Amino acid sequence: MFYIRIFFQYVAQYMKTRMQYRADLFVEIFSDLLFQAVNLIFILVVFGHTNLLGGWTRDEIIFIYGFFLVPYALFSSFFNIWDFNERYIVKGELDRILTRPIHSLFQIVLERMELESLFGAVTGIAVMFYAGNSLGLKLSWADPFLFLLFVLGGMLVYGGIFIMIACISFWADARTSIMPMMYNIGNYGRYPVDIYNSVIRFVLTWVLPFAFVGVYPAAFFLGKEEWFLYSFLTPVIGIVFFGISILIWNSGVKRYRGAGN
Amino acid sequence: MDKYLEMIRIRFLMMLAYRTNYYTGILIYSINIGAYYFLWSAIYGEKDAIEGMSVIQMSTYVAVAWMARAFYFNNIDREMAAEIKEGKVAVELIRPYNYLGMKTMQGLGEGVFRLFFFSVPGMVIVSFIFPLQFSADLTTWLFFAVSILLSFFINTQINLLTGITTFFLFNNTGLIRAKRVVIDLFSGLLIPISFFPNWAQDILKYLPFQGISYVPSMIFTNSFSNNEAIQAIILQGVWVIILVIPIQILWVIAKKQLIIQGG
Repeated sequence: MFYIRIFFQYVAQYMKTRMQYRADLFVEIFSDLLFQAVNLIFILVVFGHTNLLGGWTRDEIIFIYGFFLVPYALFSSFFNIWDFNERYIVKGELDRILTRPIHSLFQIVLERMELESLFGAVTGIAVMFYAGNSLGLKLSWADPFLFLLFVLGGMLVYGGIFIMIACISFWADARTSIMPMMYNIGNYGRYPVDIYNSVIRFVLTWVLPFAFVGVYPAAFFLGKEEWFLYSFLTPVIGIVFFGISILIWNSGVKRYRGAGN
Repeated sequence: MDKYLEMIRIRFLMMLAYRTNYYTGILIYSINIGAYYFLWSAIYGEKDAIEGMSVIQMSTYVAVAWMARAFYFNNIDREMAAEIKEGKVAVELIRPYNYLGMKTMQGLGEGVFRLFFFSVPGMVIVSFIFPLQFSADLTTWLFFAVSILLSFFINTQINLLTGITTFFLFNNTGLIRAKRVVIDLFSGLLIPISFFPNWAQDILKYLPFQGISYVPSMIFTNSFSNNEAIQAIILQGVWVIILVIPIQILWVIAKKQLIIQGG
């Protein structure tokens, strides 16, 4: 309960500070939209030259992209730990975090949230409805609940991977460029895994399971039965990866010695 | 002239000091090239050619487009924005050089560095992983060299324009981000312009963006005939000249209304 109350207090504070500079907020949301539009345009242009992409139609690919946007939006709203090393380890800010009465990772999530990214989820759902409509998909009573489950699973996959990478800073404090690399690898999950060779497919499923953020869960709603097993693995993989990342985080925090004075 | 050459040299040496950052950069670009390589292979499927390009030409296009991006890409718009916000630009303006010219030269120093330490080794590495095709024709390489230099100038001029807008907007981080996204799409980095629907091509023909990535990459993959290549390069040159005009106009206005607080 205490955590939930603190969460909403932070959200309220965040809204106040952001509303102070509305123009800035507006431009940021706009450039996010533009970025998503560019990806959609890419899909549209490509399908001007082909009817199938590895056996998937245009609207199916668009649907997958739309789905991907939702967990990704949640992830980028709450897990802004890509600069964890510079911001918290090198500057010694983690000292302050550790004095707070809540879990250190939760404190960082609260401090670094960027709620405007949530607009990506709205775009994503709109894109899914558009694509689902042209595919003639029917919505059953269970779909919204499964959607929620899969979205949370996808968010946990993303969150887990990035927390693990942030944890590297506990053991090696040199600057690494693995973070930006991960963002680029994450893009692979937006397209059907069948188009990649088997090594990449394996990596995207079990090592860096980005496929569970896009294709696999989306395949369920598209009625692709051969992927159903993977679809339902989404929350499991999410919880496993996130759980492991928390364990690593906790043992990392124990190792933390502080920087400077 | 000497002082500008010196500027290129200093920037080059500065980049050299931080070269480790670039090894991971090559990896990141290779990952991106890989993503598009698989996508395009799937798009081609059984087809031999789309819009006159074979699948190998396409992979080469993707690879060279990204690696060339390392050469023409720079952050001088962000640097300008930072200098203007912090008021440093006041000092820059009383120095005995042209501020915009100096920024361009810094960008060129960076570009030359990345050409040798990023693009060339990156291209070699990528050619081991993916099937690429390099032209054996000397004129192609010559055209490519000229074209890539011009694309540096077009991209830098657009960056200068975005940078100058800081004088009027004060905070243009969003604009800089939006510009980058637009350029990636409209310059042909993500998709060759010839793949766009005709109405879009008609519009893009009249914009400078295709001179940034599309033209050099098409030349490199031998997708242009010699005549087309020469025409495209001339068009790039024309854009370099045209873009000088809005830059100069905005620059004069900006200097007039510039107010530096404190100092």
